[in-house]
This record gives sequence, structure tokens and C-alpha cells, in this order.
Amino acid sequence: MRKAFVLMEDLESITAAALEEFAACADPAALENSKARYLGKTGQLSELLKSLGKLSAADRPAAGARINEAKAKLEAALNRRRAELADLRLTRQLSAQALDVTLPGRGIGVGGLHPITRTLQRIETLFHSIGFAVALGPEIEDDFHNFTALNTPEDHPARSMHDTFYVEGGMVLRTHTSPIQVRYMETHAPPIKIIAPGRVYRVDSDATHSPMFHQVEGMWIDEDVTFADLKAVFTEFLRRFFERDDLKVRFRPSFFPFTEPSAEIDMSFGGGWLEISGAGQVHPNVLSAVGIDPERYQGFAFGMGADRLAMLRYGVDDLRLFFENDLRFLRQFA
Amino acid sequence: MKFSEHWLRTFVDPPIDSEELAERLTMAGFEVEQRESAAPPFSSVVVARILAVERHPNADRLTLCKVEVGEERPLGIVCGAPNAAIGMLVPCARIGAVLPGGVVIRNAAMRGVKSQGMLCSGKELGLSDDASGLMTLDPDFAVGRDLREALDLDDVILTLKLTPNRADCLSILGVAREVAAITTSKLTPPAAAPVAATSKANRGVRVTDPRACPRFCGRVIDGIDARAPTPRWMSQRLERSGIRSISAVVDITNYVMLELGQPLHAYDDARLEGDIVVRFPTPGEKLTLLNGEIIPLDPDLLLVADERKPLGLAGIMGGEHSGIGEDTRRVFLEGAFWNPKVIQGKARRLGFVTDAGFRFERGVDFARSPDAVDRATQLILEICGGKASDLIDVLGELPRRDLVRVHEARIGRILGVTIPSDEIAGIFARLELKPVHQGSDFIVTPPSYRFDLVIEEDFIEEVARLFGYENIVTTLSAHRQSMLPAPETERPLSALRQRLVDRDYQEVITFSFVSSAWERALRNDANPIKVLNPIASHLDVMRTTLLGGLIDTLRTNVNRKQERVRVFEAGTCFFRDSERIEQPLRIGGLAFGPAQPLQWDGGKRDVDLFDLKADVEAIAWPLVVSTEAATHPALHPGRCARVLIGGKAAGWLGELHPRLQREFELPRAAVVFELDQDALTRQPMPAAKTVSKLPACR
Repeated sequence: MRKAFVLMEDLESITAAALEEFAACADPAALENSKARYLGKTGQLSELLKSLGKLSAADRPAAGARINEAKAKLEAALNRRRAELADLRLTRQLSAQALDVTLPGRGIGVGGLHPITRTLQRIETLFHSIGFAVALGPEIEDDFHNFTALNTPEDHPARSMHDTFYVEGGMVLRTHTSPIQVRYMETHAPPIKIIAPGRVYRVDSDATHSPMFHQVEGMWIDEDVTFADLKAVFTEFLRRFFERDDLKVRFRPSFFPFTEPSAEIDMSFGGGWLEISGAGQVHPNVLSAVGIDPERYQGFAFGMGADRLAMLRYGVDDLRLFFENDLRFLRQFA
Repeated sequence: MKFSEHWLRTFVDPPIDSEELAERLTMAGFEVEQRESAAPPFSSVVVARILAVERHPNADRLTLCKVEVGEERPLGIVCGAPNAAIGMLVPCARIGAVLPGGVVIRNAAMRGVKSQGMLCSGKELGLSDDASGLMTLDPDFAVGRDLREALDLDDVILTLKLTPNRADCLSILGVAREVAAITTSKLTPPAAAPVAATSKANRGVRVTDPRACPRFCGRVIDGIDARAPTPRWMSQRLERSGIRSISAVVDITNYVMLELGQPLHAYDDARLEGDIVVRFPTPGEKLTLLNGEIIPLDPDLLLVADERKPLGLAGIMGGEHSGIGEDTRRVFLEGAFWNPKVIQGKARRLGFVTDAGFRFERGVDFARSPDAVDRATQLILEICGGKASDLIDVLGELPRRDLVRVHEARIGRILGVTIPSDEIAGIFARLELKPVHQGSDFIVTPPSYRFDLVIEEDFIEEVARLFGYENIVTTLSAHRQSMLPAPETERPLSALRQRLVDRDYQEVITFSFVSSAWERALRNDANPIKVLNPIASHLDVMRTTLLGGLIDTLRTNVNRKQERVRVFEAGTCFFRDSERIEQPLRIGGLAFGPAQPLQWDGGKRDVDLFDLKADVEAIAWPLVVSTEAATHPALHPGRCARVLIGGKAAGWLGELHPRLQREFELPRAAVVFELDQDALTRQPMPAAKTVSKLPACR
């Protein structure tokens, strides 16, 4: 008959050896081999269980319980180790899959709007916010809409203010966006509240003049739109456009055949004055010409150079850069 | 209008300095474009007389001058000028003088001889470019007088940028009138007294069209000395207005034009044959201009003629027979008022601008023509001598000056500010509009020198101008408000642009005029609209396609070593459809080089037709794009597609034709598209349907 304490000594040493071996296993295969050695059918712990029969009936229940306890302990250790090894394996695998996340992104990039488009959209957004709709018109224009309807009949000395491009068929390239006003009034009754952006053309070319440039015309006609309203709207526009509440704006008398009173609008960041727009109350002759009763309706119109606003806003000192289209220049406005 | 401020101040002298004067003029609608000193700053330069010129003992090129400067003892000055001569009056910079550029004159020895100052050339004083010798001063100057005072060098020259409606301010009198009104100062123009006739000489004047020539004033002045020198005060004022002195009589006519605004013409009376006749040309008639050019005369060009020959274009330019010379003894002075409508546009048609034409086409004060002739007569008598005959004054149909009713309430309604009635009355009175208050209205009369005051609004502007635009309060008044419509089935151009930007296209803006040669190369069927006066010979037609500008942009950037170019433009194209001019808005794109930006994994495929097709599909979405094989003169015949949207032709897509690639010197093929914006504008309104609860089956 074996003595119970001998068996118990074996149990202690087998448990200790198994725990040690499990911990030392570096991969799942070795761990499973170890498991077989201790917990398999012919494993040491199973053998020990088989030898219970050799113990006295009195010792047997206690010894059996001890062995089962040890078995449970080993199985727990085994599962822990299995999880550890699996984690380790995943960690290795992930680190092998690691990317250099600092490399540039792949695929197409993003383009950009032209700075003048950007400026025009900004102007449209600001005026849209107080109810101005956008109107457009043709760039090859007839003499009537470009001049005559704007109170500038043929041979009027004011025509020499514009150096006009002429095209075949007695037409002109519009010298300003003002004809859009006329076309809009021909088809719409007051109240009229529009801005009209577009390309315009004059025979002129140097660092501050381009034969093609952009204007934005604005017009507000209703029963009670005053010169004071013009001052208020345009002053606020410039301050919002440049995001400068300290921007100084000055209106001074001027002359345009299609406005009366007429004003030249200057602005200043604190230094000298910069001419920014021509404006005024729409001339009664212009209203009459399109069948709007000047006794009932009145209002203002203005025209400004969008290219000049873009130059001032973005610090561009040569107008020609806008139309040269060097991508390195244009990319700055993306 | 460029003039001397000192001259202006002899007419009106408000108690404000030059800077404030300029500011007030600008804010009243007379933009002062330039304000410059008549001379650069210098000090302690006086009028000196050379008493003796001796050789310098130690230098061949130098002389030793003894000069009188109004003090007891003359000064000894070393001088290097070749023209130093005894008796000459010259500028002398005293010890301590500061010359332009900061040069200080010190008591110094030159080659061993002490110099007690410096005699100056015009260049050294910044008064002229002449550095060849000492500046010669008028012999009647007081020796010792400060030179700045003697030559009135502390004057300021003002240049006004006049608007075309204010021709009345093309004279000192006109500007002075405005200054007086703006500053409420007193106007003191030179008294123009009628000249008493002392000669019986006369010449008849016949005007055939009293509307074209509403007034013709003239006078014969006999026995003048045309060689008399122009007095310095006059030539100096002319010079400061940018007019070169020519001869006394011509200078006087120019002077009076500047002073009073009335252009005058002086004829050599001895060369006139019979009466002066103002008439339109006879068929085939020609005129030789002063510059020798012979021009055929259009029937609407008004002439001043005598009974045998045309003398000149009325109000614009004299002919070769009209001028006066050094030997002229008898002049016929003309001071007319020509109907602006008769003058307008004529000089431009003939291709030249004259001071007279510029004024007459805008309008000259018809009430003052006799005054101007009298004033010029007075000056001729003073300067050239002679005897004046009676004033000739032929009157036709003078322009009307109708009374205008200005409603006080309308002033407030237009301007958005309430201006007290007495202030309005004061403004009208200062502008010489003879206001009469009738109830709540003013009755005003436009003066003869104003051609821009016709309707009520014209007078409201005058009120605003003198009230001060800056005094009109800047607050937005209450207005009816309404929201703008926002049609959801319309897609704005900005949305289309943004899609292209998101697909890596950079927007460009190119000229709407292009080269006809390029246009022909891109579309051999194109018949582009010609620009009649192009800014450059290679920008001679309006574009029929956006491709030219895009290719030009590509070339610019390829030349600047860009490897990958993706650009688009949204803009108008122009062509003729039978007799109509069509101006459709188009969107064009061009891609060149690698399909993607330089990648680190080495993928480097060139962009092709299918890349651009995807871009076209993307901007059109949710509209569906289809393509069909087609040919386009600018595109590779095997790589060219017509783009259809909703089954309708909407543009083109393809690779640039290899022939054009060679012609435009491109290293590789570019792929392009061009679409009508119209085809992309309308989009369907979303109408939701229930979605199946089952997974999608594939």
C-alpha cells in the first residue's frame, strides 16, 4: 500500500514542474505538448489519479480532492498561458504589419478656385445676405445697352471715358457691367435688388489695367431707396469684405451719365485713399428709358472693380498675374 | 486742368492753406490729382549782378566774379560757368544757402581763392535741365531780391481731374467760382471793361446756320507788333498750366482761354479776303490744317471761311491760312460760341484733340464771349500795341436756360437726409442759380456757363455736393424685406466649379479674345467674331472655344517645368449663328501628365480619356452622361467622344490631336473636355420612394 503522503509529495512536484514548464513554453505547440505531458490521458497527473486506488479508502477522498484541485489549477494556468501566447503572436503580427503613417496620402489632390472667382463669390455671398439676387448679361453688347440707354448718346463727351473695343456687326465688348442693369430692368419691375458680376473690356494694358477685367454692378430700386442707403450699404460691404471695422470709406461727388447725384467711393486702411467704386442714384432718364416711372421709383447703382478688390485683399501688386495663370501663383488661393 | 494756385488766389483767396484747398476741391467733386511745388525747396538765393569777371590765378577753367547782391560790399565768388559776363543778372546762393538735394553753401576756398557763395545754373536750383551755364535772370529784377520771391517759386501747381460735365471749370474763373461757393469766399475776377474803338477797320461776319453758331464775336486790331515779347508773368502762368510760350498774340489767346474759359482764335487779317463766313463745307471741299495735313471735309464739319477759302474747322483747329506770323500787323480776333452738338465727336473722328475742341464740345460760357474778346484786346493793346476797332457780335439762337422747379421734399427723398430750407437756399445762391422760394419749392435758373443743369436731380446733386457727401448720415433706413427664391432644381455655376475643384482641377481665367490662327487650328470650321481694334495682333478674334486658353495655360506652365497640369475655365464663348451672335457659357477642362500627383509607391500612369470621362460624369451627376465616338478637328480621331447628357449633345471629350500637340510644342498629349453649362444647370428634384427592407441582392 502506498502511503498517502508520498503521493501528495509527487502531486506537489508535478504541479510545480508543470507550472514552470507552461510558463517557459514560447509557442502554442510547445504548450500543447506540455499539456499532454501533464494533463493528457497518459500524463503525469492522470497517472497519479489512477494510482488513487492504491490508497486506503480512508485517504482516497481527500487525496482525490487534492489531485482535482491541482488539475484545475494547472488547467487555469494553461488557459492563461494560451491567451498570453495568442496575444504575443498578434502583437508580433501587428507590428510586422505596421505602416509608415507619415508618408503622403495617395490619389488625386484638390484643386482651387481662381482668386477672382473667390472674390466674386465673396461679394455675392455678402450681398446675398441682404437680399441682392445675381443677374448676368451678354459680353458682346449693342451700343444701345452699353451707352445710349445709360444716358450716354453717341458723341457724348463721356464716351471718351471708356476706350471701347469694337467687334464686327456694329457691336462692342461691354465696357462695364451697367448694361446688365438695363437688361434686367427691361424684364423686371421694381423692387429690383441685384448685383451683376462679369467680365468687361477696355483698350488699356499695364500693371494696373488689363484689356479684360471684372466688375460687379449693384442696383437697388424701390420707392424709397436713398443716397444715404447707398452710403450705408456700400460702407458696410467694404468693412465686411475686408473684415476691418476701422476701414475708412469716403464718398465724393463725381460724374457718370447714368447716375445723379454721382459719387466716387474711396477707401483707406489708414494711409492714402484708394478709388474703389463709382456709384450714385440712378438717373431718371435711365429709369424712363426702360419704362420705370422715376416719380415713383428711385434707387442707387454702383460698379466696382473685382480685380482691384482681389489685389487689395490678397496683396497682389500686378493685375496681369491674374490672367497669366501660373499654377504656382494660383495655388496660393486654394 | 493744371494751373498755378497763386493765379487762382488772385481771383478768390479763401483763408485756408493749399492742402486744405485741395481737400475741399476734391470733396466737392474736383479731384485734385496732383499738388506740386512750382520749384524744389532752396533758401538764401538772391538776385545778383556780375560786376567783374577775372581769371582764376590757379585754374584755367575757373573765373573769379565780383557780384553785387544789394549790399554795400560786393562778393567775390569763384565760378566755373562759361557764360559769366559783366552786367548779367544771375542767381547767387549766399553762404549758408541750402540748395535742392541738401547741398549747403559754405565759406570755402577753391584752388586757393576764397569764394563767398555760389552762382547757380537752372539745374543747380532744380528750375530747369540747363546745366550749361549760369541761369540768366530778367534785367529788370531788383538786385538782392530773394529769388523765390522774384520768380514766385513758392507757388503750388494744382492738377484737377475734371469730370466731362464740368467744362466750366476748365478756366481759372470757373475754378475760382467753385472755390468761392465751396468756401463762401468773395470772388474778385479781373475787371473786363469794354474796349473803346480807336480804329475804323472792320470786317463783315455772316453766319449761315444760327443754331450751329449761336454767337460769333470778333474784332480787328490794327498796327500791332507781333514780335513784342510775352511778359514773364504771363509766360510763367502759361508754363505752370503746361502751355509753352510761342508768341505774344498766341500766348494772349491761350492766356484768356485759361483765365476765362473762352477759346479764341487770332487770324492775320491781311490774309482774309472779304467777309468771314461761317458755313458747312461744299461737296468735295478740302482743308489744309496748320500742321500741313490736307483733310477732306465731311458735310457736317462746320467751317470758318472767308469769301474765297476755308480758314479752319470751327471750334476745333485753324487751317494753314488762318495763323499769324511775326510780320502780322493786323489781327482779326475770334471768340465764338459753337453749339456743342455740332462740335461733339468731330475731333475724335479726325483723330486729334485740341484745347478748343475739348472745351466747345462740352460747352463754353456764351454770355462771356464779348468779355473774352475785350480782355484779349486789352492785353494785345498793352503788350503789342495797336488800335482796336468796334466789337463785332453776331447773335444766333443761344441755348435756352429754362427755369427748373426743385421740390424741397424731393431733395430729402432722394438723398435720405433733411437739409434745412435756408441752407438749400444758401447753396443755390452761392452757385449763382438765382433761387426763388415758392412755397416748399425752389425755382432756379441754370447759369450760362453750366451745361449740366437741366433736370431737378441735377440741382439735387448740387445741394448734396455743397452740403457735403460726408455730411449725409450712413444708416440704412427701414425697407420692405423679402427672401430671395432658391430654386432647388437649378444648379448654380459655383456648384459645378466646386465639383471640379474637388476633383483636383485648378480654375484659370484666360482672355476672351484669342489669336485667329489658333482658333483656326482648333476649329477649322470656325468663323470667329473679329475684334476691330484689338489690343494686340494676336488677340484679334473672340474665342469660339475655351480650348485655346486652356492650351495656352498649359504651355505657360509646361515652360515653367510643371509636370502635371489640371485646369478648367468657366466662361463665355462667342460665335455667329447665321446673323445672331451666340454667347453660350461653357466649362472646359484640360489634364496633362500623370493621372495622380507624384506618388511614393511609384505609380505613374498618364491621364487618359477615361479619367476625364469620370470627371465629366462626376460634375454632371445626378445627370447621366453617355458618350459616342465622333470627330472634332482639335481631337485625336480615334480618341474623341461626343458627350451627351440626357441624350442631347452637350460637349466634347478627347485627346488633343497629335498634329496640334506638335504645333503647340507639347511634350505629351493633353486630354480635354468642353461642356455647355446649360446642359448641366437643371437637376432633378429628389422624390423619395420607400426602400425595400430586404438586403440588396447582387
